[in-house]
Amino acid sequence: MASMIGSKVERKEDKKFLTGKGRYTADINLHNQTYAVFIRSPHARAKITGIDISKAKKASGVVDVLTGKELQDDKIGGLIAGWKIVSKDGTDMKCPAHPALATDLVNYVGDHVALVVAESLQEAKDAAELVDVKYKVLKAVASTGQAMNSDTIHEGIDKNLCFDWELGDKAKTDEAFSSADKVVEMDIVNNRLVPNAMEPRASIGDFNPSSEELTLYTTSQNPHLSRLVMSAFNAIHPEHKFRIVAPDVGGGFGSKIYPYSEDVVMAWAAKRLQRPVKWVCERTESFLSDCHGRDHITKCSVALKSDGTVTGLKVDTIANLGGYASLFATVTPTYLYGPLVLGLYNIPTAYCNVKGVFTNTAPVDAYRGAGRPEATYLIERIMDKAAKELGMDRAEFRKKNFIKQFPHQQCLVHNIDSGDYDAHFDKALKLADYAGFEKRKAESAAKGKLRGIGFSTYIEACGIAPSAAVMSLGAGVGLWESAEIRFNPTGNISVFTGTHSHGQSHDTTFAQIVSDKLGVPMENIEIVHGDTDKGPFGMGTYGSRSLAVGGTAIAKACDKIVEKGKAVAANMLEAKPEDIEFKDGEFLVPNTNKKKTMGEIAFACYLPGTYGEIKSPLPEGMEPGLKETAFYDPVNFSFPAGSHICEVEIDPTTGETKVDTYTCVDDFGNLINPMIVEGQIHGGLAQGIGQALYENAYYDETGQLVTASYMDYCMPRADNFPEFRIDYTCTPATSNPLGVKGCGEAGAIASPPAVMNAVVDAIGTEVTMPATAEKVWRALKDKKSTQKKAA
Amino acid sequence: MGKVSLTVNGKKVEKEVPDNTLLVSFIRDNLNLTGTHVGCDTSQCGACVVHVDGKSVKSCAMFAVDANGSEVTTIEGLEKDGKLHPVQESFKKHHGLQCGYCTPGMVMSSIDLLKTHKNPSEEEIRKGLEGNICRCTGYQNIVASVKGAIGKV
Repeated sequence: MASMIGSKVERKEDKKFLTGKGRYTADINLHNQTYAVFIRSPHARAKITGIDISKAKKASGVVDVLTGKELQDDKIGGLIAGWKIVSKDGTDMKCPAHPALATDLVNYVGDHVALVVAESLQEAKDAAELVDVKYKVLKAVASTGQAMNSDTIHEGIDKNLCFDWELGDKAKTDEAFSSADKVVEMDIVNNRLVPNAMEPRASIGDFNPSSEELTLYTTSQNPHLSRLVMSAFNAIHPEHKFRIVAPDVGGGFGSKIYPYSEDVVMAWAAKRLQRPVKWVCERTESFLSDCHGRDHITKCSVALKSDGTVTGLKVDTIANLGGYASLFATVTPTYLYGPLVLGLYNIPTAYCNVKGVFTNTAPVDAYRGAGRPEATYLIERIMDKAAKELGMDRAEFRKKNFIKQFPHQQCLVHNIDSGDYDAHFDKALKLADYAGFEKRKAESAAKGKLRGIGFSTYIEACGIAPSAAVMSLGAGVGLWESAEIRFNPTGNISVFTGTHSHGQSHDTTFAQIVSDKLGVPMENIEIVHGDTDKGPFGMGTYGSRSLAVGGTAIAKACDKIVEKGKAVAANMLEAKPEDIEFKDGEFLVPNTNKKKTMGEIAFACYLPGTYGEIKSPLPEGMEPGLKETAFYDPVNFSFPAGSHICEVEIDPTTGETKVDTYTCVDDFGNLINPMIVEGQIHGGLAQGIGQALYENAYYDETGQLVTASYMDYCMPRADNFPEFRIDYTCTPATSNPLGVKGCGEAGAIASPPAVMNAVVDAIGTEVTMPATAEKVWRALKDKKSTQKKAA
Repeated sequence: MGKVSLTVNGKKVEKEVPDNTLLVSFIRDNLNLTGTHVGCDTSQCGACVVHVDGKSVKSCAMFAVDANGSEVTTIEGLEKDGKLHPVQESFKKHHGLQCGYCTPGMVMSSIDLLKTHKNPSEEEIRKGLEGNICRCTGYQNIVASVKGAIGKV
């Protein structure tokens, strides 16, 4: 049987999605269900002075109207920030209370105030209009850059500063800068984004008064983790009687990691009202209330020798956390960001300071890349600037500073196990025909167009995460993963994983691993995820962890199956376990024709039987059954890396940028299914190019989200992209037995600087993301008038 | 309330619904055909695309009563006797979907595109799918899926 590893296997999950048989949370309807509508604050910052629900309660079809007072009476806890960050002065981070329904202050447009529950959605909406909330409007703090000089929005949190965190050796770095031949400085803005999974969030709470089991159907990337948080911190219900089901989920990208107010309230309301309560988010509601991404303002500088060697890096960042600290909000701009500012360069010393600030905007948390896009953007933009100021070729400058030897202990945190950065960079330069760029530039110029080329050589840290490492850095839990492999007597397999698939194709790729390891055909393997009643506790899917951590847990469980199988086969074949070889789904004694198939062994384990003279096939003392569980705690992060090259053509009369070619050569270690990997790259590139050219979540000075629908927030579409040129190099990961590094976020991490370096190369002046037509046109106009003045 | 009478996936249906019932709500809530999805509230995402009298329509942008007397085909109506439509087959072959949420609308739009353009270029395909937003695939494999079904629709 040919190996399933590395094969482009078509997906098992496709048929149901293609025929409309997917079962997303909004598709689920429960008997006797009610419908919920949230009352949300229309103000960015206000004090609630009164909530009058009397008219709403009497409206047609209304079952109940619930406020934060009832939530408090029922002792439901607030939402938590799950990662403790310690500021540089040794004090713990400062996070405000975050009740699921506000009773005193609201802190962003869309913040949750009350809930109307009715017999139909229309009646709930009509009644919601009758809820009278009185607000005393306060001056909103909406600017990331000005947050520390504005009104304090949370009492006791001076300067709106959650933490003032540092990483690196400041003294050593200052010394490198003072002795440098040249220092290059840059101001960088990483623009705020809205993740916009195509499926809006939804939650349905359902309480069974007979069994006292509470079920929450919700669009989650990690049902077990959400259950733990909601049970332990929100005190919704005891964990062992609380079931969370994340059925088919239509994309997440980080925005569906956190238990939101809506999840807490749906679960609580269902228990309180003893009827199912269903909430489905509308798109504008999603813009207002989903966690946003990015939103950094950074000053950075590199110290250089005149020969182009980078000798030091300084990074000073203000990161917007939004109105409250969300679950992973404090680690995303610190430990997921700071260590990666070095890029894949051999920089001997660096210092990174991050100030996390609160503003009256939606909470900001992890969004595809979570900290690594922000880090890659700054290093790749400043490396480009440094090369230009040194008069060096931007490719040569990068190569000169690459890490060359592995393993490599970086000066900040990470120990990088494997890599070969010259390999993918050289391959990318060839695939992108860097040598022919000047010719293409002249051809564009002849047509009146500007052409630019931009590089982004990146590394990222994923396969989140080794528990010892993260817990020592303040995480509330370890980030290991689980797998259970359960053989049925007829020989087919259920594989329970604690990860979750919401587009990542685990049903297929995980089955490939099991099929390869156990010799069972793919069609006899069922991957099960998304229901806390099924299978052991796991941490879910984010941080490009599912294959590196979850896949390894599966591989280890497979190894345990084979070990038991060998012992049973040895007994049945009258050999010693150490003499048994397992190959292509068969247990055999080499150089004989004695063998047993995996199916025969499974059957023997489940129906061993002893009757009269029939001996049990199982060795003395061995338990029946064939089911193994493995929990895997990774030994290190994994470090995918790669080289991306973007070529743009800009029409100076309109400012419109066309991505003419986009080339990427990535090193993801071993690939399980190249077709799936490619799909992940495409998706990541679209989001990263989207950030660079089209997307921007914009709040005005009063804290109103101006870009709150697809009319105003530009989502990239099919005609915004060329066909991507994709290739790979491979240095297997040494941190897991599969040798895999993960690939889910790399596209979104690498592409924004590749695009922006190309745009800036084309127009010869700086412009911020998104480089919309208007901004580029204005930048060219300003450049022209500056040149005229100088002349 | 008003009476809505139409044919959906070859079956005649007749229901009494509030006048302001959108076609997408009628399909999802009254007929329990949940394959057609809602992804936005401004008629831009295309997750709700169905065929009305052979043409692709955003079902969130019309009332159910406006489809009176029409023949509506949803994603559930493409499979014939257990056999997938050529466009569905092509999406499966070319990994044209990941989370699956935009997929029903994307497939319906693709079928309409291939009916009106017998041999579309890459540019025509990308432009033709402007009304369908996907967040997962980056569109490349969707374009490949449409190309793979040229001449089969």
